[in-house]
Amino acid sequence: MPLLKPRRKNPVLRTRQINLPPSARSRVALGLTAAAAMGRFELQQCVDCKSVVYPPREACPRCASSRLRWREQDGAGALLAGTTLHHSNDLFFRERLPWRLGLVKLDAGPTLMVHLHGAVVAPQDRVPARVHIAARLDRAGQAVLIALPEKDSPNMADDPMLREMSSDPKQRKVLVTDGMTPVGQALVREFARAGAELIWVGHAQPWKQHGSGLETIAGLPQVTLLPLDLTDGRSVQALAGEIGAKVDIVVNNAEVHRGFGISARRGTDVAKLEMEVNYFGALRLAQAFGPALAGRSADGAANACAWVNLLSIYALANFPPHGTYSASKAAAHSLAQCQRAELRGAGIRVVNVFPGPIDDEWNQNLPPPKLAPAALAAAVVKALRDGIEDVYPGDVAHEWFERWRDDPKVLEREIAAGGA
Amino acid sequence: MATSRKAAASEPMAAAQLLSLLAGALSSGRVRVVDLTQTLAPEFPQIALPPEMGQCWPFRIEEVSRYDERGPGWYWNNFSCGEHTGTHFDAPIHWISGKDLPHGSVDTIPAQHFIAPACVVDCSAQAAADPDYLLTVADLEAFEAVHGRIAAGSWLLMRTDWSKRWTQESDALAYQNFDDTGQHTPGPSSEAVRWLVEQRQVLGFGSEAIGTDAGQGAHLRPPYPCHTFMHGSGRYGLQCLTNLDQLPPTGSVLICPPLKIQRGSGSPLRVLALVA
Repeated sequence: MPLLKPRRKNPVLRTRQINLPPSARSRVALGLTAAAAMGRFELQQCVDCKSVVYPPREACPRCASSRLRWREQDGAGALLAGTTLHHSNDLFFRERLPWRLGLVKLDAGPTLMVHLHGAVVAPQDRVPARVHIAARLDRAGQAVLIALPEKDSPNMADDPMLREMSSDPKQRKVLVTDGMTPVGQALVREFARAGAELIWVGHAQPWKQHGSGLETIAGLPQVTLLPLDLTDGRSVQALAGEIGAKVDIVVNNAEVHRGFGISARRGTDVAKLEMEVNYFGALRLAQAFGPALAGRSADGAANACAWVNLLSIYALANFPPHGTYSASKAAAHSLAQCQRAELRGAGIRVVNVFPGPIDDEWNQNLPPPKLAPAALAAAVVKALRDGIEDVYPGDVAHEWFERWRDDPKVLEREIAAGGA
Repeated sequence: MATSRKAAASEPMAAAQLLSLLAGALSSGRVRVVDLTQTLAPEFPQIALPPEMGQCWPFRIEEVSRYDERGPGWYWNNFSCGEHTGTHFDAPIHWISGKDLPHGSVDTIPAQHFIAPACVVDCSAQAAADPDYLLTVADLEAFEAVHGRIAAGSWLLMRTDWSKRWTQESDALAYQNFDDTGQHTPGPSSEAVRWLVEQRQVLGFGSEAIGTDAGQGAHLRPPYPCHTFMHGSGRYGLQCLTNLDQLPPTGSVLICPPLKIQRGSGSPLRVLALVA
């Protein structure tokens, strides 16, 4: 049953507030969360006896080896038994009953207690149903396991349980903070395709719109253009006053990007402008829109759910030819971690996107591969749908991330030697 | 000798009497004060250069406290802007042609230059018909034919009513008037600027649009003639003026002291006109 446009809310009733599902995890169990944040289902595997281990442990329950490593799993398994919960003392589940749970034996070995997607058929006559296990972040931002049907079906993302674990833009109201860039326009088109109900699109310094492509999205039926300049606190406040109580997903794609290091540009004006938009702009936006978003995080089927920050892979390691831009994105990344911690209690997902060089005017002199704006936009919407928290779209971003995770110091030296 | 001694003795009295008369006329309203200043606001647009070049900061304002936990009993703000933001003054060192002139920065310009008479040439009909309208020598000669010679040391203000695109509609698009070949706003022709500087020794040139030069002034010969000739000759500029339609063609006096910024090339300022 596809998700239809939700009825207008009854304005005389109290807006339901969020109660989070249980979120306590051991340090070792956070490995499951770290993988789920990137959209992966990983379990520990013993290096010595090859056993796949669940739940997460300090040592292998079969051979007592401490050499357990997180390894991606294909998630294939069989549903042994299913049940439907009609009662719970936990506030989160109490408010969302009935809730299906099941016991799944992974082909890789362990047996898991999981949530059951509505389209998973219960075992008939003791014949286990084939399912696909995914690790998803729940409203508390912690990894949980859900059994999905073996084959995708249309509208399966509309399942209420899955919608609690994702931030699907379908039937939601989205703010894209800058419509004057190719990335902004690609995002707007992608959100329109994804079924967003309304898309507000910010544009600063409107007299510069000639040649920006803004007119290519202005006519879309979902789109409303609004003045928004992240360098101007009053402008941000004014927009929050106008639409803050309606926005379900904020996508902050506004950025200033110039290609300078320390010595290639006299003075600090460019670096200041980068910080003014990329860092202080994000801060102004978070202060103005965050509280209203948090207050509506359990507001019906189209609740406020997510905040997307367009960062850069250079936030992880400075790319000296674009050195001041890298620094501003590192600052924005740090701020986004603070924002994620603050919004987690409200059940709002903060999605950080770390693209490599985007194919736009400010990367004109960089050789390919460069990320197409449409590919970036598709990755953002996919991340919202799949409940992913950290997105590394494209080959360059992915490769940088892997090298950074492997050894940040080695990556720093490689980049300094021109080995980007 | 006796006459000159008498004149010298009576002059301070006459000046004091003049000031007292002026004060009386101001308080009674016989001399009106017209504010020619646009309000400094974040939405007010600023000059736009190609993005790879250095940019003038727009006006920005942030609360320090507003009778709240940050300061229970008081309200105040921090603001930032460029020297050439909003209604502002251009000093000679703003332009490379004036960079070596003495007394060329806002802190060294003689203070008496900040109070001077103004001539207002009405080009509002021409600017309404053509946003790229350039003030000509013929316009200036026609003005003089009716209102008399433009006195040395006076401001020449070009009235275009361009400011109404902002004040009446608050429409940055209309005020900036960009298309894909850049900005289209009125200003002076190269010949008119040279004539004003060389033939009339004006104190400076004032306009209602974002700059003293026309929006397409980069394509004139020389590029930006008003900046080049005015500042190269130690003269000044005023731009983003408003309410010029409330000034008589001659006879008003402008009060326009910029902020005393060390080696400053210009400054936002309040521009007042005394009108009889």
